[in-house]
Amino acid sequence: MLLSVDHVTRYEYDRPVRGVVQSHRLTPTKFAGQRTISWNVSVSGGTMGGGFRDGAGDWVQAWSVAGPVSHIEVRVHGEVETTDLAGVLKGSRESVSPEAYLRETPFTNFDPALRALGAAALSEDILSSAHAMSASVSAAIAYRPGSTHAHTTAAEALAQGEGVCQDHAHALLALARSQGIPARYVSGYLQSSNDGMAHEAAHAWAELNVPGFGWIGFDPANQCCPDERYIRLGSGLDAQDAAPIRGVSRGQGIEKLLVTVAVQTQQQ
Amino acid sequence: MTTYFNEMFQDGNVRSPYARLEGWTRDMPADLRLAKQAEAEALFRRIGITFAVYGEGGDPDRLIPFDMFPRVFTANEWAKLERGIKQRARALNAFLVDVYGRGEIVRAGRIPAGLVYQNAAYERAVAGFVPPKGVYSHIVGIDIVRTGPTDFYVLEDNCRTPSGVSYMLESREMMMRMFPDLFRENRIEPVDNYHEILRRTLASVAPAKCDRDPTIVILTPGQFNSAYYEHSFLADLMGVELVEGQDLFVDGEYVYMRTTEGPKRVDVIYRRIDDAYIDPLCFRADSMLGIPGLMDVYRSGGVSICSAPGAGVADDKAVYTYVPEMIRFYLGEEPILNNVPTWKCAGADDLGYVLSNLGELVVKEVHGSGGYGMLVGPKSTKLQIEQFRALILANPGNYIAQPTLALSTTPTFVDQGIAPRHVDLRPYCLVGERIELVPGGLTRVALTEGSLVVNSSQGGGVKDTWVLAE
Amino acid sequence: MLSRTADNLYWIARYMERAETIARLLEVGARISLLPSTQGYKTEWDSLLKASGNSGGYVAKYGPPNQHNIESYLFFDRDNSNSVASCLTLARENARIVRTALTTQVWDALNTAFQELKLLEAQPRATLELSRLTDWVMKHTAMVRGAIDATLLRNDGYNFLNIGYYLERGDSTARLMDVKYYVLLPRAGYVGTGQDNDQWSMLLRALSANRAFHWAYGGEITPAKIAHFLILNPQCPRSIWTCVAGMNNHMARLATLYGRDTEAQVATTALLAELQDQSTDQIFEEGLHEFLSRYIRQVANLGVVIHNSYLSGDMH
Repeated sequence: MLLSVDHVTRYEYDRPVRGVVQSHRLTPTKFAGQRTISWNVSVSGGTMGGGFRDGAGDWVQAWSVAGPVSHIEVRVHGEVETTDLAGVLKGSRESVSPEAYLRETPFTNFDPALRALGAAALSEDILSSAHAMSASVSAAIAYRPGSTHAHTTAAEALAQGEGVCQDHAHALLALARSQGIPARYVSGYLQSSNDGMAHEAAHAWAELNVPGFGWIGFDPANQCCPDERYIRLGSGLDAQDAAPIRGVSRGQGIEKLLVTVAVQTQQQ
Repeated sequence: MTTYFNEMFQDGNVRSPYARLEGWTRDMPADLRLAKQAEAEALFRRIGITFAVYGEGGDPDRLIPFDMFPRVFTANEWAKLERGIKQRARALNAFLVDVYGRGEIVRAGRIPAGLVYQNAAYERAVAGFVPPKGVYSHIVGIDIVRTGPTDFYVLEDNCRTPSGVSYMLESREMMMRMFPDLFRENRIEPVDNYHEILRRTLASVAPAKCDRDPTIVILTPGQFNSAYYEHSFLADLMGVELVEGQDLFVDGEYVYMRTTEGPKRVDVIYRRIDDAYIDPLCFRADSMLGIPGLMDVYRSGGVSICSAPGAGVADDKAVYTYVPEMIRFYLGEEPILNNVPTWKCAGADDLGYVLSNLGELVVKEVHGSGGYGMLVGPKSTKLQIEQFRALILANPGNYIAQPTLALSTTPTFVDQGIAPRHVDLRPYCLVGERIELVPGGLTRVALTEGSLVVNSSQGGGVKDTWVLAE
Repeated sequence: MLSRTADNLYWIARYMERAETIARLLEVGARISLLPSTQGYKTEWDSLLKASGNSGGYVAKYGPPNQHNIESYLFFDRDNSNSVASCLTLARENARIVRTALTTQVWDALNTAFQELKLLEAQPRATLELSRLTDWVMKHTAMVRGAIDATLLRNDGYNFLNIGYYLERGDSTARLMDVKYYVLLPRAGYVGTGQDNDQWSMLLRALSANRAFHWAYGGEITPAKIAHFLILNPQCPRSIWTCVAGMNNHMARLATLYGRDTEAQVATTALLAELQDQSTDQIFEEGLHEFLSRYIRQVANLGVVIHNSYLSGDMH
């Protein structure tokens, strides 16, 4: 499927800031499931810094903006040809040991409830365990935009029984890690769906490491594995670690964030 | 009753390296000694060489006690130590490059994967990165104790930012100033080129993008850090700027420092702050000490950071037990220096042994340092032991235990004259394009009679350390 | 050099100069307390507090002015950021941060002052005579100044120290004059009376300029002569002219050293040119108070420009 992406993130400061530094994971991952036709990232008034492929195979690109500035716009535009690999991250080049994805983070600390849910889904076969875990997260946390915020933890989302894709992914990470299955957070895009549901085009899901297959994506928010509607950008231990844009501004200005994303099918 | 090896007197005779010191102490009148001691203290205070102690209140400008009685090694003794230290520094760096790369030692089953990859000090952010010259730990401080004429044990490795080298240099300076005759009578290897070697070492790991004489800086957490004096001392000796996070900023592909003439590019950062604080964008978002964006510049080859972020995974006290295995695996050699036998409380068998023998053992936190959070069994009360037992049971994986070593003693000036006190040794091995070691180190001495804890934060003092020329 | 280092050096100088100003004020106060009590006695202490730049803090803590409390407040009180104790401590703390940019002699002088201060603080207040305290401050500020002049490399750091000294000194001269003028001459009837002369003479004493003044001018003390001496006379070490010219000189040295001009240098040169065109008559025509207030504002502004030009590290 040929997908086109238009993603604009605008930062507005009530007072000009002295400078901004950003770290982007905004480039489609190189793997068998996606081929980049064109891709362009720009930062208004920005200087492109160093770029590198990290140990997990994600392209990280630094940017800096010299102040004073009162707004910054990050624009992403491109086209990617995708293939459905049933969620398997085939053909990616990475050097981090999956074992490095077993540690807890503040977002994914597993409380007894998460651990119990993980244990209940565990069976002999890791692959079926992974599917069962994803399914139980879907069942336990209803999709409801606005019910949680950027700093909600997996335990909190489970306790209140609702959340958004970030919470689903965090909860799945906690379940998997509590049972010794390496798991990581993935950020990316999802084609605006045709069923009329209000899915998020800037999306997040989880990947679990299954012996024999490697990393496999699971999207509890949509009760499926990532297919050709998904574009994968980057991964990390949690949402903060895998964020497509991380930034720090120097100055007293209070930041306001405006995001628009459109992911659409192109005629082939 | 344990007997302790006395480095000066053996079977009633004076051991050869100390031969010339016997007369020196015999001939020194008590009032001269007191006068010299006072002179040394006044000098230290005037220079400002003080040591702030964490969490203790009192005088933040406390002096670290200096003992004038030197500690001496023969050329032969040192030659063995030097080979052992360099061997260890090489293996530790090979290990770091490996575990951030393919992890061959883990794949070979020589060290448990969890110990490495789930270690709090393992930085996923640098996985897949090989720093310039393949060096993660540029200054390796190896703590060594002696228990007999030829028996040396490595107590722990410090791969991040070992401190104390300023005391090594200042102690020597002080001794040469106060007792020049001693240096004429004994042929003592110099240590005062340490800063030149350090500078050369740091310059040798400049990033690939640096095509000129590299600009080096020392990054300090600031004046309130207990080692601030050392940071400014080393910066001054090397002739480099001592910077805080706020003095540096990232622009484009490089790091710059703020100067009165405008931005100046920085190539090598000798940082004396922890990984967690160096870049709020990558690590702790609440860090006020760091430089936003530093890690991206580092990973894309715009700046070198010494020690490299992530180096801490090699000096964890649980990983320590595998260092002999690293030496065999990477170098194909047998370890020259012994490890102290260590029980890891994470394992059920070891835990059982440790809990039944707490009164005999030294128990340490896996990530602890500075002599905090440890139990010295034979020197502790029943209550202290029971309290520690509860701590271990609550989190066994956090503790390791070692036998109480019979640390050697050297003569030390005390109120009553001269008496044996326990000592250890921390040499500083420099790793860059070459591996170098100045002949000497920091000898720490437990000034309290019978005490085995030499940490300066726990009332230990320092001595000048001599290595005699052939 | 690092902008932060330059900033520390600049503030060492400003704090040392400020400590000296406070000591001078206290000396004047002590002097007044020895005069027969007049109606002006209470207002004198008021004016001292005003000149110290922190009268609000005093009133909040102690209430109405009295000699003992004012002395404690201006000398020892750590709650008063402008007290002698605070200034010496801050100067030493700044020095500790940039220890390696100083010579042993300069550090020694600063550190000794700090160590002795701690001893003074440990003594009962009743045993400490004020004159001994003020002499002690003068001695140590002079020793630091002397160590700087005698031992420090003439590099950019030296220039930043001097800029700090001159800026603070010019500011304190203007403030001292302004307080005297504004507080003591509210009614025209006082001008030219004997009491007025006492006040002016006290002002000269506060600036250690009593004798120098008489050598330079002779005869009657008149407001015009004093204003000339303290504002426009290049021979007076504390005159506003001397201070601005001093800043200008060190700013010019920086420009040569760095091979570039700065906004700070331009602003200082303009300020000096303005003073060169002034006469005492013009100053009185403008109004002494108006003139001094304007100068104080200009100096405050110059402080900001210096910060932006050299100390903030934000220039590109």
